[in-house]
Amino acid sequence: MIFVPSWMGPLSAGKHHAMATKASRSTARIMMAPAVVLLLGWMLVPLIMTLYFSFKRYLPLRGDSLERGLEWVGFTNYSRFISSSSFWPSIQTTLIMVGGVLLITVVFGIVLAMLLDQPMWGQGFVRILVIAPFFVMPTVSALVWKNMLMDPVNGIFAHLWRFFGAEPVAWLQDASLGSIIALVSWQWLPFATLILLTATQSLDTEQLEAAEMDGAPVLKRFWYIVLPHLARAITIVILIQTIFLLSVFAEIFVTTGGAFGTRTLTYLIFQRVVDSQNIGLGSAGGVYAIILANIVAIFLMRIVGKNLDE
Amino acid sequence: MSLKSTLCAATALSLITAGGAFADNLTIATVNNGDMIRMQGLTDDFTAKTGHTVEWVTLEENVLRQRVTTDISTKGGAFDIMTIGMYETPIWGANGWLVSLDDLSAEYNAADILPAMAGGLSHDGTLFAAPFYGESSMVMYRTDLMAAAGLEMPDAPSWSFIAKAARAMTDRDAEINGICLRGKAGWGEGGAFITAMSNSFGARWFDEDWNAQFDTREWSDTLNFYKNMMTDAGPAGYATNGFNENLSLFQQGKCGMWIDATVAASFVTNPKDSTVADKVSFTLAPDNGLGVRSNWLWAWALAIPAGSQKEAAAKQFIEWATGTGYIELVAANEGWANVPPGARTSLYENPNYKSVPFAQMTLDSILSADPNNSTVDPSPYVGVQFAAIPEFAGIATEVSQEFSAAYAGQQTIAEALEKAQAITNEAMEAAGYR
Repeated sequence: MIFVPSWMGPLSAGKHHAMATKASRSTARIMMAPAVVLLLGWMLVPLIMTLYFSFKRYLPLRGDSLERGLEWVGFTNYSRFISSSSFWPSIQTTLIMVGGVLLITVVFGIVLAMLLDQPMWGQGFVRILVIAPFFVMPTVSALVWKNMLMDPVNGIFAHLWRFFGAEPVAWLQDASLGSIIALVSWQWLPFATLILLTATQSLDTEQLEAAEMDGAPVLKRFWYIVLPHLARAITIVILIQTIFLLSVFAEIFVTTGGAFGTRTLTYLIFQRVVDSQNIGLGSAGGVYAIILANIVAIFLMRIVGKNLDE
Repeated sequence: MSLKSTLCAATALSLITAGGAFADNLTIATVNNGDMIRMQGLTDDFTAKTGHTVEWVTLEENVLRQRVTTDISTKGGAFDIMTIGMYETPIWGANGWLVSLDDLSAEYNAADILPAMAGGLSHDGTLFAAPFYGESSMVMYRTDLMAAAGLEMPDAPSWSFIAKAARAMTDRDAEINGICLRGKAGWGEGGAFITAMSNSFGARWFDEDWNAQFDTREWSDTLNFYKNMMTDAGPAGYATNGFNENLSLFQQGKCGMWIDATVAASFVTNPKDSTVADKVSFTLAPDNGLGVRSNWLWAWALAIPAGSQKEAAAKQFIEWATGTGYIELVAANEGWANVPPGARTSLYENPNYKSVPFAQMTLDSILSADPNNSTVDPSPYVGVQFAAIPEFAGIATEVSQEFSAAYAGQQTIAEALEKAQAITNEAMEAAGYR
């Protein structure tokens, strides 16, 4: 028989517990390491390469290559990219596109969320249909919009216009940026609707009923009860969408190829790297894009943080 | 005993590997033009003759350029054969990115390739790409509409005659446009057309010190003339029309005239595809009395990227596709009018081909284009509808986008030219020319 003092019990148990945690923690770390290393590599390698190239003269068509060594040019690429006559117009185009898509998706997202929240026949089916565009690949939806809807000769819109005796519109030429905003909005509306619908469903109906009994009209109920309730969801929609919208590329590549005033910052970088084969200049543009995205992200994160604190 | 069986096994193994290397699968990047589509349909003949199989990657012109340029400059190795043109070949050849084609077999007869084509596809006298077809540009016009307008097409028309005829032939109610021209953004699309046209107006891309010349009156005259003519007599939405779009319009009988690649002649005169096949005639591209016509010179050619593992098989394919045998194969299957034109001297000496209505005009157009002397005022670059410097593709793509936006009425021609001037000078500074 071994005497164990009563105070040893909890102590030893505690020690044992602490050791188990330590062991499981390190096991967890080892288990997670490959994923973390992979993710870090995934992120860091391109980032470091972009930074590296942005300080180099790298014109592959002039015979520059990594094997031969690249010439260090300091901040030349950065100053050249920003002083280019295409830079500010491209920033403007980017902001108009992102802003336009956000406006459309949030406004129509709220409307659709309200409508889909109403009890109706075939609700599940309608919801699936509304969400469907989100699952279509950007390239595919761009091709469908370009060839089946917006084509000035064979598109559905052209037929519709002719049916009413109007001259068909060459959408991607005469209203190019608007067309791209419409197309991207169509893709992102389901996302906004989905998030806003879940938020709507968590709204306390008793509050609304009470307001209704007190004689508050529909618009006021929406403005003072529903909208404040959705505020947080709207911020999240704006935050996530902005980050993805800044990098919209396939839709522009497929429809206009950057012509007719649709050259966004992302597309300008693509043109610098692929069309002009100036990898240094394009990389400097890439670094600007990273900075821009981070400014937007920090800005929005703060708003979200404030919203969540309330 | 064991040595013997080892040797046997080794021999068997090497035979198997040799057999495996013999039957290669070639990946070929090409452009979605009619002649290439036809070649894809005849691939079985190549497989039957050599045992090699072929996988086609068919892309629209602008996309093809981006894909193959990226692949070759990063040594991606995605393709065994690339379809490239007169612009890429000398630049890539100079960089050592292409396999020399000087050692093709005697029966291929490389000396038969038209000198204008061989010259444009070589660097320092070494052939780096074999022409699949060669082209210039010319006027294709509808004889019935021309007669109805009470006009007669001269042998060598001027731009003012073309504009007059275009306006006279236009009948908006009958959906007939007097003239269809490329306006699509992209240096090889609308960019190529407007550059060739500007040559005849006395314009040039660069002066002898590589300064952009878009602030000159010649460029402004070119664009204004083009846009006025297209507004009065061109199809709706011409700012997005390239080669294929105009071909389709012409085949449907919606164009009175079309100034474009000479290869289009076989498509517009083919009764299977064209509703106006028997009402088409051809003449030289117009000029402005300055001594330079507005026709270009181009070849779509096949080249092998350096470092390819399947060089031998790729060379076999190039000999098959660009040799005289292929021309005879197409002639037997589809008639002499549909063979790939403009690449070989012997084709134009062939009596069967001489009876084809556009054969002589194609040859005359090709022979009248001089890449070394393409502008009225002296210029520092080689090339008719392009300047053979690595930066040109990037610059001209952006410039042609500004032009297309002006055609579409989104900006004025003066604004487009101002932007073009800035884009070009910036890029030339970045490349160290200025």
